[in-house]
Amino acid sequence: MSRYTAVTSEDLRAMLDAIGVGSVEELFDRQIPVSVRLGRALDLPAGMAEQDVYAHLDDLARRNVSVEDEISFLGAGMYDHYVPALIDMLMSRSEFLTPYTPYQPEVSQGNLQVMFEYQTAISELTALPVSNASVYEGPSAVASAGYLARLANGRSRFVASAGLHPHSLDTLRTYAEGFGAEVVEVGLRDGATDLDAWADACAGDDVGAVFVQQPNVLGAVEDVEALMASKPDGAVGIAAYDPIPLGILKPPGECGVDVCVGEGQPLGNRLDFGGPSFGFFAATEAYLRRMPGRIAGETTDIDGKRGFVLTLQTREQHIRREKATSNICTAQALNALGGVVYLAWLGRQGIVDLGELLLARTDYARRTLTALDGVEALHDQPVVREFALRLDAPVGRVIERCAAEGVNPGLALSRIGLDDDGLLVAITERRSRADIDRLADVLGAAVAAERQAVAA
Amino acid sequence: MTVRAEETLTIFQKGSPGRRAFVAPEFDVPEATDALPRRFRRAEPPRLPEVSEPELVRHYVRLSKKNFDLDSGFYPLGSCTMKHNPRLHERVAALPGHARLHPLQDPARAQGALELMWNLERALAEVAGLPHVSLQPSAGSHGELAGVLLTKAYHADRGEPHRVKVLTPDTAHGTNPATVTMAGLEVVKVATNDDGGVDLDDLRAKAGDDTACLMLTNPNTLGVFDANIEEIASIVHRAGGTLYYDGANTNAVMGISRPGDMGFDIVHFNLHKSFTQPHGGGGPGSGPIAVSDRIEPFLMNPRIARSDEGVFDLVSDHAKSIGRLRGFQGNYGTFVRSYAYIRSLGAEGLKDASETAVLNANYLLARLRQLGVAEHLPLAFGELCMHEFVLSGGPMKRELKIRTLDLAKRLLDHGYHPPTVYFPLLVDEALLIEPTETETRETLDAFAEALAEILREAADDPTVAQNAPYSTPVRRLDEAGAAKRPVLRQAL
Repeated sequence: MSRYTAVTSEDLRAMLDAIGVGSVEELFDRQIPVSVRLGRALDLPAGMAEQDVYAHLDDLARRNVSVEDEISFLGAGMYDHYVPALIDMLMSRSEFLTPYTPYQPEVSQGNLQVMFEYQTAISELTALPVSNASVYEGPSAVASAGYLARLANGRSRFVASAGLHPHSLDTLRTYAEGFGAEVVEVGLRDGATDLDAWADACAGDDVGAVFVQQPNVLGAVEDVEALMASKPDGAVGIAAYDPIPLGILKPPGECGVDVCVGEGQPLGNRLDFGGPSFGFFAATEAYLRRMPGRIAGETTDIDGKRGFVLTLQTREQHIRREKATSNICTAQALNALGGVVYLAWLGRQGIVDLGELLLARTDYARRTLTALDGVEALHDQPVVREFALRLDAPVGRVIERCAAEGVNPGLALSRIGLDDDGLLVAITERRSRADIDRLADVLGAAVAAERQAVAA
Repeated sequence: MTVRAEETLTIFQKGSPGRRAFVAPEFDVPEATDALPRRFRRAEPPRLPEVSEPELVRHYVRLSKKNFDLDSGFYPLGSCTMKHNPRLHERVAALPGHARLHPLQDPARAQGALELMWNLERALAEVAGLPHVSLQPSAGSHGELAGVLLTKAYHADRGEPHRVKVLTPDTAHGTNPATVTMAGLEVVKVATNDDGGVDLDDLRAKAGDDTACLMLTNPNTLGVFDANIEEIASIVHRAGGTLYYDGANTNAVMGISRPGDMGFDIVHFNLHKSFTQPHGGGGPGSGPIAVSDRIEPFLMNPRIARSDEGVFDLVSDHAKSIGRLRGFQGNYGTFVRSYAYIRSLGAEGLKDASETAVLNANYLLARLRQLGVAEHLPLAFGELCMHEFVLSGGPMKRELKIRTLDLAKRLLDHGYHPPTVYFPLLVDEALLIEPTETETRETLDAFAEALAEILREAADDPTVAQNAPYSTPVRRLDEAGAAKRPVLRQAL
């Protein structure tokens, strides 16, 4: 008997008697052939008391350098935004943490109404009429949107901007290899998608979908409207958005985007070394019945009272099986709860205030850092919360020097397969002007030291 | 406005213009409005709620109270393994070194996280009996997609891309066939025999040169462990296919029987089932896969490597890899919880969990028989069961005039979450019951009594169950109407 089970020897006797077997082993002997029984103990460490497990997990945690341990400018898909205390409280409530998918709506109205509110918030943010109740995370949401396009028009060529996060491009290619589509990549020019090359790639009636990211992986604000205007008739326009700047950036629904997806982590979710978070997935009405994942809808009960249910389930795997629009049955309900509470916490004016603050701090940081010797902007496009630099010194070594001073200056772009001399710097409301000034001091000194080392 | 009406208002219908819960930190840099050209700017802010923090807290706490949850009551939802979620796991997952670690932190400064993932990989490999693990998939269905894409890559590498048929029993979870189609392969259904296992003759007839793989859940969704498993494996291997094991039901066999030893090539685990990741109202999940040597070269990027000096790294240079299935390293927060669970229980504890899960399921089944419930709700297959069992509500419907749905709804009035209903599809009026190992005998007794009571009541007056529930925040909802005229967001 472990601390999570409750069978005493008295219970055991009574239970075996009721079943009519002599031992627990007999239950297995009568059902599993001896030849496929393990016949030995698992080769795993012995169990531990709760406090010892805590100590071990705490020890592992202490061997990681978190955003609490240094001034971090890491981003590239996940960002160190402030998560308000009320989200921790709500996400750890038993009533949200421990239920299953709301298969019994009469006792899941809390969960279902949260989904409905979440869908409303995502729809407002993206200016697209329909949203599902969330999918796994960002890059797989991009790939799932590709599957939607494949089912919608049957065409087999996808045109994707190189401004997509490499993880999204890789994931899209992996999925497309499965369902049968070729991904054609269009490069960047001065940091933004090359519009001429894009138009050329979009020519032809075999293009099933086009993919862009806003802002793109180098932080540049793309001209999404112009990119979507090149999309051939019948192709699905898919865009991956960072949700945070949508208080100030023109929303995808006003830029000709058909399906907007994205990584939801910045909305009230922890970094968690990459997950769990959630992916959002919104679309025009035309694609509603091809959406993947759970969707909540409003209805009434037999007394006429307002209520919510999972709906449009004929799209889904448990009904349609091999003809389903997706194999997804897990939403990220708990993480999406964090998302909608975060958006309600920010509120209508707050999301604008936050966007303007990030815009100004990003602008300040870019100007301050590019004034340093040996540091220049990797592109000149508008940026709202993240930007790329080119260093005249080995990026990895510069980062090490900064880290030794307690500052993580950002991501070496080579870590995600991009420019060898590039550094990607992300700004959140947690990085103050003083933090940015500190980064400038440390980065300037590190670049100078590395250049000196080379000169010597 | 009455209290009753206010109860169902959404957050978008509350508050008032100008209210806010968020106050931005100091604007400590020069304004930079011009940094974003007008043509890229949003004209009107999104119409998000305008509420104060107290309103926000009260709204969502009140909503939470309309949910049934595992911490409050018995949740015997078959195939979902609603076992206790230890609070220790929430505490350790929230430690800043785990919760606030950026996914792109330099691996040299994330050694604790990589070691944790490495240790979890080794533990899952041991439970699976398969040597290689990827933790990347985000859920069981995502693990299935990984498995089918790996199979496809394996056959293509061997010059056999014509292997496009995936054999799946007709009892399979719906995710299995949906996944196969997503991966560009074709589903071939295999019949079920009288014992609830795979029909071997049908399997022999369908396995051949075009077979890519067999996807099997064992014990299957009928709660039956297929005693012919070795013969099944041998038929598919002889035909040149791979074997995929849907690990949704691992909770029955931890430390007792291993898919690798049965001849399987690929298995996925649901960390949110057997390994206690809380279900969160429908996610997050996590679906790591374990694979055999012949599948290993195709595993997803990145993978965790450990040097001879014990230094961990993330490596993406595997030439035959199918690539990525998502961003970053997977749902790390779920790894922390499941790893804590495995370290808490150890080898003995995991085996005890499976043994107790099977004991509890058989005991509940026996109690239902003792109370006469089985006359109206007979076991669909076999005499004993593994960790869950399927009852048929067919006789109940004919004799007592209530359907499985009515029984489920009446259980809500008794304070229980109903079992899984109408699945598996091949059982008439099915009820799939999985009590798990963490429930006490008293709880199982009380649940059996509740089922018996509902049947007695139905014999008297079936309309009571037919109109249930009565005590829930809402009563039966018009699902057909919701689908016919979809209202999917709050109108503003």
